[in-house]
Amino acid sequence: MMRQEAMGVLARANLEELRGALGAWPEPPDAESLRGPEAGLIMLRGRAGGGGAPFNLGEATVARATVRLSSGEVGFSCVLGRDLEKARLAALFDALWQREAEVVDMHLLTLVRERLAGQIERTAEETAATRVNFFTMIRGEDE
Amino acid sequence: MYVAVKGGERAIRNAHRLLADKRRGPRNLPDITLEQIASQLALSVDRIMAEGSLYDRDLAALAMKQARGDLIEAIFLVRAYRTTAPRFGFSEPIDTSKMSIERRVSATFKDLPGGQLLGSTFDYTHRLLDPTLQGAEIEQAARADVTDEDRPMPRVTDLLAHEELIEGDGEAEEGAEVGDLTREPLSFPAERDLRLQTLARGDEGFLLGLGYSTQRGYSRTHPFVGEIRVGMVEVEIEIPELGFTVSIGEIQVTECQMVTQFQGSAKAPPQFTRGYGLVFGQGERKAMAMSLVDRALRAREFGEDVVAPAQDEEFVLSHSDNVQSTGFVEHLKLPHYVDFQAELDLVRRMRREYEDRTADEGKEAAE
Repeated sequence: MMRQEAMGVLARANLEELRGALGAWPEPPDAESLRGPEAGLIMLRGRAGGGGAPFNLGEATVARATVRLSSGEVGFSCVLGRDLEKARLAALFDALWQREAEVVDMHLLTLVRERLAGQIERTAEETAATRVNFFTMIRGEDE
Repeated sequence: MYVAVKGGERAIRNAHRLLADKRRGPRNLPDITLEQIASQLALSVDRIMAEGSLYDRDLAALAMKQARGDLIEAIFLVRAYRTTAPRFGFSEPIDTSKMSIERRVSATFKDLPGGQLLGSTFDYTHRLLDPTLQGAEIEQAARADVTDEDRPMPRVTDLLAHEELIEGDGEAEEGAEVGDLTREPLSFPAERDLRLQTLARGDEGFLLGLGYSTQRGYSRTHPFVGEIRVGMVEVEIEIPELGFTVSIGEIQVTECQMVTQFQGSAKAPPQFTRGYGLVFGQGERKAMAMSLVDRALRAREFGEDVVAPAQDEEFVLSHSDNVQSTGFVEHLKLPHYVDFQAELDLVRRMRREYEDRTADEGKEAAE
Protein backbone atom coordinates (compact mmCIF):
# COMPACT_ATOMS: atom_id res chain seq x y z
CA MET A 1 0.00 0.00 0.00
CA MET A 2 1.20 3.48 -0.87
CA ARG A 3 1.29 6.28 1.71
CA GLN A 4 -1.34 8.09 -0.34
CA GLU A 5 -3.71 5.17 0.07
CA ALA A 6 -2.95 4.83 3.80
CA MET A 7 -3.76 8.52 4.31
CA GLY A 8 -7.09 8.02 2.53
CA VAL A 9 -7.98 5.21 4.95
CA LEU A 10 -6.82 7.27 7.96
CA ALA A 11 -9.14 10.11 6.85
CA ARG A 12 -12.06 7.68 7.09
CA ALA A 13 -11.09 6.14 10.44
CA ASN A 14 -13.30 7.17 13.35
CA LEU A 15 -12.02 8.43 16.68
CA GLU A 16 -12.73 5.12 18.40
CA GLU A 17 -10.64 3.18 15.89
CA LEU A 18 -7.75 5.65 16.12
CA ARG A 19 -7.79 5.64 19.93
CA GLY A 20 -8.03 1.86 20.00
CA ALA A 21 -4.98 1.52 17.76
CA LEU A 22 -3.04 4.03 19.85
CA GLY A 23 -3.93 2.10 23.00
CA ALA A 24 -2.64 -1.08 21.39
CA TRP A 25 0.66 0.57 20.42
CA PRO A 26 3.58 -0.97 22.42
CA GLU A 27 4.56 2.31 24.05
CA PRO A 28 3.12 5.82 23.57
CA PRO A 29 4.78 7.30 20.46
CA ASP A 30 6.93 10.33 21.17
CA ALA A 31 5.72 13.10 18.84
CA GLU A 32 5.63 16.88 18.70
CA SER A 33 3.05 19.03 16.97
CA LEU A 34 4.35 21.09 14.04
CA ARG A 35 0.98 22.58 13.08
CA GLY A 36 -2.51 22.40 14.53
CA PRO A 37 -4.64 20.47 14.94
CA GLU A 38 -6.77 23.24 13.49
CA ALA A 39 -10.19 23.51 11.87
CA GLY A 40 -10.99 25.39 8.67
CA LEU A 41 -12.65 25.14 5.29
CA ILE A 42 -11.88 23.65 1.91
CA MET A 43 -13.71 24.95 -1.17
CA LEU A 44 -15.09 21.91 -2.97
CA ARG A 45 -15.18 21.95 -6.74
CA GLY A 46 -17.37 20.28 -9.30
CA ARG A 47 -17.23 20.29 -13.10
CA ALA A 48 -19.84 21.76 -15.45
CA GLY A 49 -21.72 18.86 -17.03
CA GLY A 50 -19.78 16.44 -14.79
CA GLY A 51 -16.55 16.51 -16.81
CA GLY A 52 -16.15 20.08 -18.08
CA ALA A 53 -14.68 23.27 -16.65
CA PRO A 54 -14.37 23.37 -12.84
CA PHE A 55 -16.64 25.54 -10.69
CA ASN A 56 -16.85 26.19 -6.96
CA LEU A 57 -19.66 24.08 -5.52
CA GLY A 58 -19.45 25.12 -1.86
CA GLU A 59 -17.21 24.66 1.14
CA ALA A 60 -16.72 21.82 3.62
CA THR A 61 -15.29 21.87 7.13
CA VAL A 62 -11.95 20.13 7.58
CA ALA A 63 -9.48 19.54 10.38
CA ARG A 64 -5.76 19.20 9.74
CA ALA A 65 -2.59 18.55 11.67
CA THR A 66 1.14 18.01 11.16
CA VAL A 67 3.25 16.11 13.71
CA ARG A 68 6.89 14.95 13.92
CA LEU A 69 8.00 11.78 15.66
CA SER A 70 11.16 11.89 17.76
CA SER A 71 12.60 9.50 15.15
CA GLY A 72 12.10 12.26 12.54
CA GLU A 73 9.12 11.16 10.41
CA VAL A 74 6.64 13.96 9.68
CA GLY A 75 3.00 12.95 9.54
CA PHE A 76 0.19 14.98 7.95
CA SER A 77 -3.57 14.81 7.99
CA CYS A 78 -6.51 16.67 6.53
CA VAL A 79 -9.94 15.15 7.18
CA LEU A 80 -13.54 16.20 6.52
CA GLY A 81 -15.32 17.49 9.64
CA ARG A 82 -14.17 19.45 12.67
CA ASP A 83 -12.76 16.69 14.87
CA LEU A 84 -9.36 18.04 15.97
CA GLU A 85 -8.44 14.94 17.97
CA LYS A 86 -9.14 12.77 14.96
CA ALA A 87 -6.93 15.01 12.80
CA ARG A 88 -4.10 14.84 15.36
CA LEU A 89 -4.26 11.05 15.61
CA ALA A 90 -4.54 10.62 11.82
CA ALA A 91 -1.36 12.72 11.41
CA LEU A 92 0.36 10.68 14.13
CA PHE A 93 -0.51 7.41 12.39
CA ASP A 94 0.61 8.80 9.03
CA ALA A 95 4.01 9.39 10.65
CA LEU A 96 4.02 5.98 12.30
CA TRP A 97 3.05 4.36 8.99
CA GLN A 98 6.24 5.75 7.42
CA ARG A 99 8.25 4.03 10.15
CA GLU A 100 6.24 0.84 10.70
CA ALA A 101 3.74 0.38 7.90
CA GLU A 102 2.90 -3.26 8.71
CA VAL A 103 2.02 -2.51 12.34
CA VAL A 104 -0.27 0.41 11.43
CA ASP A 105 -1.80 -1.75 8.74
CA MET A 106 -2.49 -4.59 11.16
CA HIS A 107 -3.77 -2.58 14.13
CA LEU A 108 -5.71 0.07 12.30
CA LEU A 109 -5.99 0.25 8.52
CA THR A 110 -7.25 -3.30 8.04
CA LEU A 111 -10.03 -2.74 10.58
CA VAL A 112 -11.08 0.55 9.02
CA ARG A 113 -11.08 -0.91 5.54
CA GLU A 114 -13.22 -3.83 6.64
CA ARG A 115 -15.76 -1.49 8.23
CA LEU A 116 -15.86 0.72 5.13
CA ALA A 117 -16.22 -2.26 2.79
CA GLY A 118 -19.14 -3.50 4.90
CA GLN A 119 -20.86 -0.11 4.72
CA ILE A 120 -20.34 0.19 0.98
CA GLU A 121 -21.63 -3.34 0.41
CA ARG A 122 -24.70 -2.73 2.53
CA THR A 123 -25.61 0.47 0.66
CA ALA A 124 -24.98 -1.23 -2.69
CA GLU A 125 -27.20 -4.19 -1.75
CA GLU A 126 -30.01 -1.98 -0.48
CA THR A 127 -29.78 0.09 -3.66
CA ALA A 128 -29.65 -3.03 -5.86
CA ALA A 129 -32.99 -4.14 -4.34
CA THR A 130 -34.58 -1.03 -5.87
CA ARG A 131 -33.42 -1.84 -9.43
CA VAL A 132 -36.31 -1.23 -11.79
CA ASN A 133 -37.13 -2.34 -15.31
CA PHE A 134 -39.65 -0.14 -17.01
CA PHE A 135 -41.64 -1.56 -19.92
CA THR A 136 -42.90 0.61 -22.72
CA MET A 137 -46.52 -0.36 -23.30
CA ILE A 138 -47.81 -0.75 -26.83
CA ARG A 139 -50.79 1.55 -27.15
CA GLY A 140 -53.99 0.68 -29.07
CA GLU A 141 -53.44 3.18 -31.86
CA ASP A 142 -50.08 1.57 -32.77
CA GLU A 143 -51.69 -1.75 -33.71
CA MET B 1 -32.90 54.11 5.45
CA TYR B 2 -32.22 52.41 8.75
CA VAL B 3 -30.93 54.76 11.46
CA ALA B 4 -29.33 53.28 14.58
CA VAL B 5 -31.52 53.26 17.67
CA LYS B 6 -30.68 52.95 21.36
CA GLY B 7 -32.54 51.36 24.20
CA GLY B 8 -34.68 48.26 24.55
CA GLU B 9 -31.92 46.12 26.05
CA ARG B 10 -34.15 44.49 28.63
CA ALA B 11 -36.94 43.83 26.12
CA ILE B 12 -34.48 42.30 23.65
CA ARG B 13 -32.92 40.14 26.35
CA ASN B 14 -36.31 38.87 27.43
CA ALA B 15 -37.42 38.32 23.83
CA HIS B 16 -34.40 36.10 23.26
CA ARG B 17 -35.08 34.30 26.52
CA LEU B 18 -38.65 33.72 25.36
CA LEU B 19 -37.31 32.44 22.03
CA ALA B 20 -35.07 29.94 23.87
CA ASP B 21 -38.02 28.84 26.00
CA LYS B 22 -40.28 28.36 22.95
CA ARG B 23 -37.46 26.54 21.17
CA ARG B 24 -37.22 24.06 24.04
CA GLY B 25 -41.01 23.64 24.12
CA PRO B 26 -42.91 21.75 26.84
CA ARG B 27 -40.38 20.39 29.34
CA ASN B 28 -42.25 17.10 29.69
CA LEU B 29 -41.18 16.26 26.13
CA PRO B 30 -37.61 15.03 25.44
CA ASP B 31 -35.13 17.56 24.06
CA ILE B 32 -34.53 16.72 20.37
CA THR B 33 -30.92 15.63 19.74
CA LEU B 34 -28.70 16.73 16.85
CA GLU B 35 -28.29 13.06 15.93
CA GLN B 36 -32.08 12.75 15.61
CA ILE B 37 -32.25 15.85 13.43
CA ALA B 38 -29.34 14.74 11.21
CA SER B 39 -30.74 11.24 10.72
CA GLN B 40 -34.53 11.65 10.80
CA LEU B 41 -34.86 15.10 9.21
CA ALA B 42 -31.95 14.44 6.84
CA LEU B 43 -33.40 16.20 3.80
CA SER B 44 -33.88 19.47 5.70
CA VAL B 45 -30.29 19.14 6.91
CA ASP B 46 -29.16 18.56 3.31
CA ARG B 47 -30.96 21.69 2.17
CA ILE B 48 -29.27 23.73 4.91
CA MET B 49 -25.88 22.40 3.77
CA ALA B 50 -26.61 23.11 0.09
CA GLU B 51 -27.93 26.65 0.50
CA GLY B 52 -25.66 27.42 3.46
CA SER B 53 -22.91 26.40 1.02
CA LEU B 54 -21.13 24.43 3.74
CA TYR B 55 -20.90 20.65 3.89
CA ASP B 56 -21.10 19.71 7.58
CA ARG B 57 -24.10 17.62 8.73
CA ASP B 58 -23.56 18.30 12.45
CA LEU B 59 -23.41 22.08 12.00
CA ALA B 60 -26.47 22.03 9.74
CA ALA B 61 -28.39 19.99 12.35
CA LEU B 62 -27.37 22.45 15.07
CA ALA B 63 -28.47 25.37 12.86
CA MET B 64 -31.82 23.63 12.27
CA LYS B 65 -32.37 23.21 16.00
CA GLN B 66 -31.26 26.74 16.85
CA ALA B 67 -33.57 28.16 14.15
CA ARG B 68 -36.55 26.14 15.43
CA GLY B 69 -36.81 24.48 12.02
CA ASP B 70 -36.81 27.77 10.07
CA LEU B 71 -34.63 26.69 7.14
CA ILE B 72 -33.69 30.12 5.84
CA GLU B 73 -32.71 31.22 9.35
CA ALA B 74 -30.65 28.02 9.68
CA ILE B 75 -28.98 28.70 6.32
CA PHE B 76 -28.19 32.23 7.55
CA LEU B 77 -26.54 30.77 10.69
CA VAL B 78 -24.39 28.41 8.61
CA ARG B 79 -23.33 31.23 6.26
CA ALA B 80 -22.38 33.35 9.27
CA TYR B 81 -20.31 30.46 10.65
CA ARG B 82 -18.36 30.01 7.43
CA THR B 83 -17.24 33.62 7.44
CA THR B 84 -15.48 32.98 10.77
CA ALA B 85 -13.42 29.98 9.60
CA PRO B 86 -10.13 30.20 7.67
CA ARG B 87 -10.00 28.65 4.22
CA PHE B 88 -7.19 26.14 3.76
CA GLY B 89 -7.55 25.66 0.02
CA PHE B 90 -9.48 23.97 -2.76
CA SER B 91 -10.36 20.39 -3.56
CA GLU B 92 -9.69 18.69 -6.84
CA PRO B 93 -12.98 18.72 -8.83
CA ILE B 94 -15.13 15.82 -7.62
CA ASP B 95 -15.64 12.99 -10.12
CA THR B 96 -19.33 12.07 -10.23
CA SER B 97 -18.69 9.23 -12.71
CA LYS B 98 -17.00 7.36 -9.83
CA MET B 99 -19.91 7.91 -7.44
CA SER B 100 -21.06 5.14 -5.07
CA ILE B 101 -24.63 5.14 -6.36
CA GLU B 102 -27.59 5.37 -3.99
CA ARG B 103 -30.09 6.36 -6.67
CA ARG B 104 -29.86 6.67 -10.41
CA VAL B 105 -32.68 7.18 -12.87
CA SER B 106 -33.02 8.30 -16.45
CA ALA B 107 -36.21 9.49 -18.09
CA THR B 108 -34.69 9.29 -21.56
CA PHE B 109 -33.08 5.83 -21.71
CA LYS B 110 -34.88 2.75 -20.51
CA ASP B 111 -31.99 0.32 -20.80
CA LEU B 112 -28.80 2.08 -19.87
CA PRO B 113 -25.62 0.34 -18.69
CA GLY B 114 -25.77 -0.03 -14.91
CA GLY B 115 -29.56 0.16 -15.00
CA GLN B 116 -32.05 2.28 -13.13
CA LEU B 117 -31.97 2.26 -9.34
CA LEU B 118 -34.80 4.00 -7.54
CA GLY B 119 -33.06 4.19 -4.15
CA SER B 120 -35.00 5.90 -1.36
CA THR B 121 -37.55 8.05 -3.16
CA PHE B 122 -40.92 9.73 -2.68
CA ASP B 123 -41.67 8.96 -6.35
CA TYR B 124 -44.57 6.53 -6.83
CA THR B 125 -45.84 7.07 -3.27
CA HIS B 126 -49.50 8.05 -3.08
CA ARG B 127 -48.94 11.15 -0.97
CA LEU B 128 -51.47 9.95 1.58
CA LEU B 129 -50.69 10.93 5.16
CA ASP B 130 -49.83 7.85 7.19
CA PRO B 131 -51.10 8.05 10.78
CA THR B 132 -49.48 4.69 11.60
CA LEU B 133 -46.00 6.24 11.16
CA GLN B 134 -46.16 7.61 14.70
CA GLY B 135 -44.25 5.14 16.85
CA ALA B 136 -44.46 2.34 14.27
CA GLU B 137 -41.91 -0.46 14.00
CA ILE B 138 -40.22 -0.01 10.61
CA GLU B 139 -38.77 -3.02 8.83
CA GLN B 140 -35.18 -3.03 7.58
CA ALA B 141 -34.50 -2.17 3.93
CA ALA B 142 -34.57 -5.05 1.44
CA ARG B 143 -31.26 -6.21 -0.02
CA ALA B 144 -30.29 -7.82 -3.30
CA ASP B 145 -27.06 -9.21 -4.67
CA VAL B 146 -24.77 -6.75 -6.37
CA THR B 147 -23.44 -7.89 -9.71
CA ASP B 148 -20.24 -6.75 -11.36
CA GLU B 149 -22.11 -4.91 -14.08
CA ASP B 150 -23.47 -2.56 -11.40
CA ARG B 151 -20.07 -0.93 -11.08
CA PRO B 152 -18.88 1.43 -12.25
CA MET B 153 -21.87 3.34 -13.50
CA PRO B 154 -21.05 5.67 -16.40
CA ARG B 155 -22.86 9.01 -16.68
CA VAL B 156 -25.55 8.90 -19.37
CA THR B 157 -24.07 11.97 -21.02
CA ASP B 158 -20.72 10.15 -21.41
CA LEU B 159 -22.45 7.19 -23.06
CA LEU B 160 -23.99 9.43 -25.70
CA ALA B 161 -21.14 11.84 -26.20
CA HIS B 162 -19.30 9.77 -28.80
CA GLU B 163 -22.26 9.93 -31.17
CA GLU B 164 -22.22 13.73 -30.94
CA LEU B 165 -26.03 13.74 -30.85
CA ILE B 166 -25.70 15.55 -27.57
CA GLU B 167 -23.22 18.27 -26.69
CA GLY B 168 -20.18 17.30 -24.61
CA ASP B 169 -19.19 18.61 -21.20
CA GLY B 170 -16.93 21.22 -22.77
CA GLU B 171 -13.23 21.56 -22.16
CA ALA B 172 -11.68 23.37 -19.26
CA GLU B 173 -9.50 26.23 -20.41
CA GLU B 174 -5.91 25.45 -19.49
CA GLY B 175 -4.93 27.27 -16.29
CA ALA B 176 -8.13 29.35 -16.22
CA GLU B 177 -9.05 30.92 -12.87
CA VAL B 178 -12.17 29.46 -11.30
CA GLY B 179 -14.49 32.31 -10.33
CA ASP B 180 -15.47 32.53 -6.67
CA LEU B 181 -18.37 34.74 -5.61
CA THR B 182 -17.35 34.44 -1.94
CA ARG B 183 -14.16 36.35 -2.78
CA GLU B 184 -15.21 38.73 -5.58
CA PRO B 185 -18.69 40.25 -5.86
CA LEU B 186 -20.64 39.12 -8.93
CA SER B 187 -20.36 41.26 -12.03
CA PHE B 188 -22.19 40.85 -15.31
CA PRO B 189 -22.02 39.18 -17.72
CA ALA B 190 -21.07 36.25 -15.46
CA GLU B 191 -19.41 33.14 -16.87
CA ARG B 192 -20.82 29.66 -16.34
CA ASP B 193 -18.52 28.78 -13.40
CA LEU B 194 -19.90 31.71 -11.40
CA ARG B 195 -23.45 31.02 -12.53
CA LEU B 196 -23.21 27.39 -11.39
CA GLN B 197 -21.73 28.42 -8.03
CA THR B 198 -24.57 30.91 -7.51
CA LEU B 199 -27.22 28.37 -8.51
CA ALA B 200 -25.71 25.62 -6.31
CA ARG B 201 -26.25 27.81 -3.22
CA GLY B 202 -29.42 29.50 -4.52
CA ASP B 203 -32.85 29.20 -2.95
CA GLU B 204 -34.64 26.03 -3.95
CA GLY B 205 -38.05 27.70 -4.13
CA PHE B 206 -36.84 30.57 -6.28
CA LEU B 207 -35.02 28.27 -8.72
CA LEU B 208 -37.95 25.85 -8.77
CA GLY B 209 -40.29 28.67 -9.81
CA LEU B 210 -37.89 29.84 -12.50
CA GLY B 211 -37.37 26.29 -13.78
CA TYR B 212 -41.13 25.83 -13.90
CA SER B 213 -41.49 29.08 -15.82
CA THR B 214 -39.22 27.73 -18.58
CA GLN B 215 -41.47 24.66 -18.88
CA ARG B 216 -44.55 26.87 -19.15
CA GLY B 217 -43.15 28.71 -22.14
CA TYR B 218 -41.06 31.55 -20.70
CA SER B 219 -37.95 30.50 -22.68
CA ARG B 220 -38.94 27.09 -23.91
CA THR B 221 -36.17 24.50 -23.81
CA HIS B 222 -38.23 21.29 -23.89
CA PRO B 223 -36.24 19.44 -21.23
CA PHE B 224 -35.77 15.73 -20.45
CA VAL B 225 -34.01 14.27 -17.45
CA GLY B 226 -31.03 12.53 -19.01
CA GLU B 227 -29.97 11.32 -15.61
CA ILE B 228 -30.30 11.98 -11.90
CA ARG B 229 -27.79 10.34 -9.60
CA VAL B 230 -27.39 10.52 -5.84
CA GLY B 231 -24.48 9.06 -3.91
CA MET B 232 -21.11 9.46 -2.28
CA VAL B 233 -18.13 10.95 -4.07
CA GLU B 234 -14.55 11.15 -2.90
CA VAL B 235 -12.96 14.51 -2.01
CA GLU B 236 -9.28 14.88 -2.82
CA ILE B 237 -6.92 17.74 -2.15
CA GLU B 238 -3.43 18.36 -3.42
CA ILE B 239 -0.76 18.62 -0.75
CA PRO B 240 2.12 20.63 -2.23
CA GLU B 241 4.58 19.45 0.46
CA LEU B 242 3.88 15.81 -0.43
CA GLY B 243 3.57 16.23 -4.19
CA PHE B 244 0.46 14.08 -4.45
CA THR B 245 -3.29 14.29 -3.86
CA VAL B 246 -4.80 12.90 -0.68
CA SER B 247 -8.35 11.67 -0.19
CA ILE B 248 -9.89 13.44 2.81
CA GLY B 249 -13.25 11.67 2.89
CA GLU B 250 -16.55 11.47 1.04
CA ILE B 251 -19.53 13.73 0.56
CA GLN B 252 -23.04 12.98 -0.68
CA VAL B 253 -24.18 14.91 -3.74
CA THR B 254 -27.10 14.92 -6.18
CA GLU B 255 -26.39 15.48 -9.86
CA CYS B 256 -28.91 16.20 -12.61
CA GLN B 257 -28.13 16.09 -16.33
CA MET B 258 -30.95 17.85 -18.16
CA VAL B 259 -31.06 17.24 -21.90
CA THR B 260 -32.80 20.02 -23.76
CA GLN B 261 -33.92 21.35 -27.11
CA PHE B 262 -31.51 20.76 -29.94
CA GLN B 263 -29.68 23.47 -31.74
CA GLY B 264 -28.45 23.58 -35.27
CA SER B 265 -27.25 26.24 -37.64
CA ALA B 266 -25.70 26.56 -41.09
CA LYS B 267 -22.34 25.80 -39.49
CA ALA B 268 -23.24 23.23 -36.81
CA PRO B 269 -25.32 20.06 -37.19
CA PRO B 270 -28.37 19.68 -34.90
CA GLN B 271 -27.51 18.49 -31.43
CA PHE B 272 -29.20 18.26 -28.02
CA THR B 273 -27.98 20.89 -25.57
CA ARG B 274 -27.69 20.46 -21.80
CA GLY B 275 -28.20 22.01 -18.40
CA TYR B 276 -26.37 20.89 -15.28
CA GLY B 277 -27.34 20.65 -11.62
CA LEU B 278 -25.14 19.63 -8.69
CA VAL B 279 -25.99 20.10 -5.01
CA PHE B 280 -24.78 18.89 -1.61
CA GLY B 281 -26.72 16.00 -0.07
CA GLN B 282 -29.90 14.45 -1.45
CA GLY B 283 -31.67 17.34 -3.16
CA GLU B 284 -33.15 16.19 -6.40
CA ARG B 285 -35.79 18.92 -6.85
CA LYS B 286 -33.10 21.55 -6.38
CA ALA B 287 -30.65 19.80 -8.74
CA MET B 288 -33.38 19.57 -11.41
CA ALA B 289 -34.40 23.22 -11.00
CA MET B 290 -30.73 24.24 -11.13
CA SER B 291 -30.18 22.34 -14.38
CA LEU B 292 -33.23 23.98 -16.00
CA VAL B 293 -32.06 27.44 -15.00
CA ASP B 294 -28.45 26.69 -16.00
CA ARG B 295 -29.68 25.81 -19.49
CA ALA B 296 -31.89 28.91 -19.72
CA LEU B 297 -28.95 31.10 -18.65
CA ARG B 298 -26.84 29.76 -21.52
CA ALA B 299 -28.96 31.83 -23.95
CA ARG B 300 -26.04 34.14 -24.78
CA GLU B 301 -23.79 31.20 -25.64
CA PHE B 302 -26.35 29.75 -28.07
CA GLY B 303 -27.36 33.11 -29.54
CA GLU B 304 -30.92 32.79 -28.21
CA ASP B 305 -33.08 35.88 -27.66
CA VAL B 306 -33.31 36.80 -23.99
CA VAL B 307 -37.06 37.13 -23.62
CA ALA B 308 -37.87 35.52 -20.27
CA PRO B 309 -36.89 36.06 -16.60
CA ALA B 310 -35.07 32.70 -16.36
CA GLN B 311 -32.71 33.75 -19.17
CA ASP B 312 -31.85 37.11 -17.58
CA GLU B 313 -28.66 36.35 -15.67
CA GLU B 314 -28.54 39.61 -13.77
CA PHE B 315 -32.12 39.09 -12.59
CA VAL B 316 -31.63 35.40 -11.72
CA LEU B 317 -28.21 35.60 -10.09
CA SER B 318 -28.97 38.77 -8.12
CA HIS B 319 -32.13 37.34 -6.57
CA SER B 320 -31.45 33.63 -6.04
CA ASP B 321 -29.63 33.95 -2.73
CA ASN B 322 -32.12 33.61 0.11
CA VAL B 323 -29.76 35.03 2.75
CA GLN B 324 -29.32 38.22 0.73
CA SER B 325 -33.03 38.33 -0.06
CA THR B 326 -34.14 37.82 3.50
CA GLY B 327 -31.60 40.34 4.77
CA PHE B 328 -32.99 43.09 2.61
CA VAL B 329 -36.66 42.17 2.96
CA GLU B 330 -36.49 41.59 6.71
CA HIS B 331 -34.55 44.76 7.48
CA LEU B 332 -37.77 46.61 6.65
CA LYS B 333 -39.19 45.64 10.05
CA LEU B 334 -36.35 47.30 11.97
CA PRO B 335 -36.95 50.86 13.23
CA HIS B 336 -37.19 53.31 10.31
CA TYR B 337 -38.64 56.11 12.43
CA VAL B 338 -36.43 58.98 11.28
CA ASP B 339 -36.71 58.02 7.65
CA PHE B 340 -40.47 57.64 7.82
CA GLN B 341 -40.82 60.90 9.76
CA ALA B 342 -39.06 62.74 6.94
CA GLU B 343 -41.38 61.22 4.35
CA LEU B 344 -44.39 62.00 6.50
CA ASP B 345 -43.35 65.67 6.62
CA LEU B 346 -42.90 65.65 2.87
CA VAL B 347 -46.35 64.18 2.22
CA ARG B 348 -47.93 66.73 4.63
CA ARG B 349 -46.24 69.61 2.77
CA MET B 350 -47.31 68.24 -0.61
CA ARG B 351 -50.89 67.83 0.57
CA ARG B 352 -50.89 71.42 1.86
CA GLU B 353 -49.66 72.65 -1.51
CA TYR B 354 -52.27 70.53 -3.29
CA GLU B 355 -55.05 71.89 -1.09
CA ASP B 356 -53.90 75.51 -1.60
CA ARG B 357 -53.72 74.94 -5.35
CA THR B 358 -57.21 73.37 -5.64
CA ALA B 359 -58.64 76.12 -3.41
CA ASP B 360 -57.09 78.74 -5.73
CA GLU B 361 -58.42 76.99 -8.81
CA GLY B 362 -61.88 76.76 -7.20
CA LYS B 363 -61.76 80.50 -6.51
CA GLU B 364 -60.70 81.28 -10.10
CA ALA B 365 -63.48 79.06 -11.51
CA ALA B 366 -66.05 80.82 -9.32
CA GLU B 367 -64.90 84.26 -10.42
